[in-house]
Amino acid sequence: MLAKRIIPCLDIKDETTVKGVNFVNFRNAGDPVELGAQYSREGADELVYLDITASHEGRKTFTELVRKVAACISIPFTVGGGINEIKDVDRLLNAGADKVSINSAALRNPQLVEEIAKNFGSQVCVVAIDANYENNNWICYLNGGRIPTHTYLYDWAAEVENLGAGEILFTSMTHDGVKTGYANEALAALANQLHIPVIASGGAGEKEHFRDAFTLGKADAALAASVFHFGEIGITDLKQYLLKEGVNVRI
Amino acid sequence: MVVAIIKYNAGNIYSVDYALKRLGISSVVTAEPEVLQKADKVIFPGVGEARTTMSYLKDTKLDLLIKDLRQPVLGICLGMQLMCKRSEEGKTECLNIFDVDVKRFIPQKHEDKVPHMGWNTLSNVAEGLFTKEQEGQFVYFVHSYYVPVNNYTAATTEYTLLFSAALQKDNYYATQFHPEKSGAVGEKILANFLRL
Repeated sequence: MLAKRIIPCLDIKDETTVKGVNFVNFRNAGDPVELGAQYSREGADELVYLDITASHEGRKTFTELVRKVAACISIPFTVGGGINEIKDVDRLLNAGADKVSINSAALRNPQLVEEIAKNFGSQVCVVAIDANYENNNWICYLNGGRIPTHTYLYDWAAEVENLGAGEILFTSMTHDGVKTGYANEALAALANQLHIPVIASGGAGEKEHFRDAFTLGKADAALAASVFHFGEIGITDLKQYLLKEGVNVRI
Repeated sequence: MVVAIIKYNAGNIYSVDYALKRLGISSVVTAEPEVLQKADKVIFPGVGEARTTMSYLKDTKLDLLIKDLRQPVLGICLGMQLMCKRSEEGKTECLNIFDVDVKRFIPQKHEDKVPHMGWNTLSNVAEGLFTKEQEGQFVYFVHSYYVPVNNYTAATTEYTLLFSAALQKDNYYATQFHPEKSGAVGEKILANFLRL
């Protein structure tokens, strides 16, 4: 049976370090390749590397990093941040990334989704959506959650599915950083509506939250950052727990 | 040992090269007929679309070359599908090394998504490419088309139905999954192939 996936997300800043990592016993915690390799050994199913420096110089270094990750790590990984056109996608896939994640660029230019799917296949095209729940609606945001749009989550998800997106990475800004669980109702609504996998993001604080994202939220994968980076939840432990709770995960 | 990876217009060819390097094996990524013919092992990777890839192989005469290879050959993902008879993807006539057709997944319920993407388990593993150790282990898949279970099936996986996760016949071996992206299990399978 196809397993539910656990995906640590690494935000890369200053070109070579991971933001917000605080391992007590891990010397090279700031090294994105080392950290990714450690997560892979612990049983992570995929990795996401997000370039949060947007400078031109930073982008070059990020491509170098992608090459190193591809050389060292034997599980699939997605890269995102600063992807605005098809040639960015080409560059990152050539460096060895398995998938790319696009967010603001897709909202500004939905045709980019279609172009990526046509040129490289839907399976490489992850559309990331940041949305906040306000006035009884889920509103999509641009630029890492800084600029609200007039686009609603469910409409946008349906549109990008039609354009050829291979997966939706939905981050609930309402739940992000609060550590009280994922946006399970919205996740379930997306799962019922869409025919492509949904990755849950935003809100993980306890192991139970992952279980709920899979059972209540019907998510295909759950992404988290700080609970892994701060060593609050170990991936091996988490997967043992999920298996015991009846969630099919890869051990 | 010389391991040659067939270079053609498919995506992510270098990830196989990287995986071999992690095993301490260096490989050549090439389309040179002589290098491919003389290699001890040949790997035919592939991410892409059947019809355009097949016509590229024909234009470059790589199709005939692949069919004439005598050393162990490993097709991966699209590589495996192109080694079959014909594919529903673009109604493509393929290499016909394995006399079986490639079909598109048909979802049986809402939860069945196409492509089949992620980690799934191997069963009924056959000696050769596999050892008993791989029975029940997880490997990484990304594909919308599948090869039905047939005489050449060397491992099976279940997704909407039981399909061929791997094939083998004479010197030809193939996996629908990506051993180069399947962590430690995938590395074992690549090592098994290199020992053939």
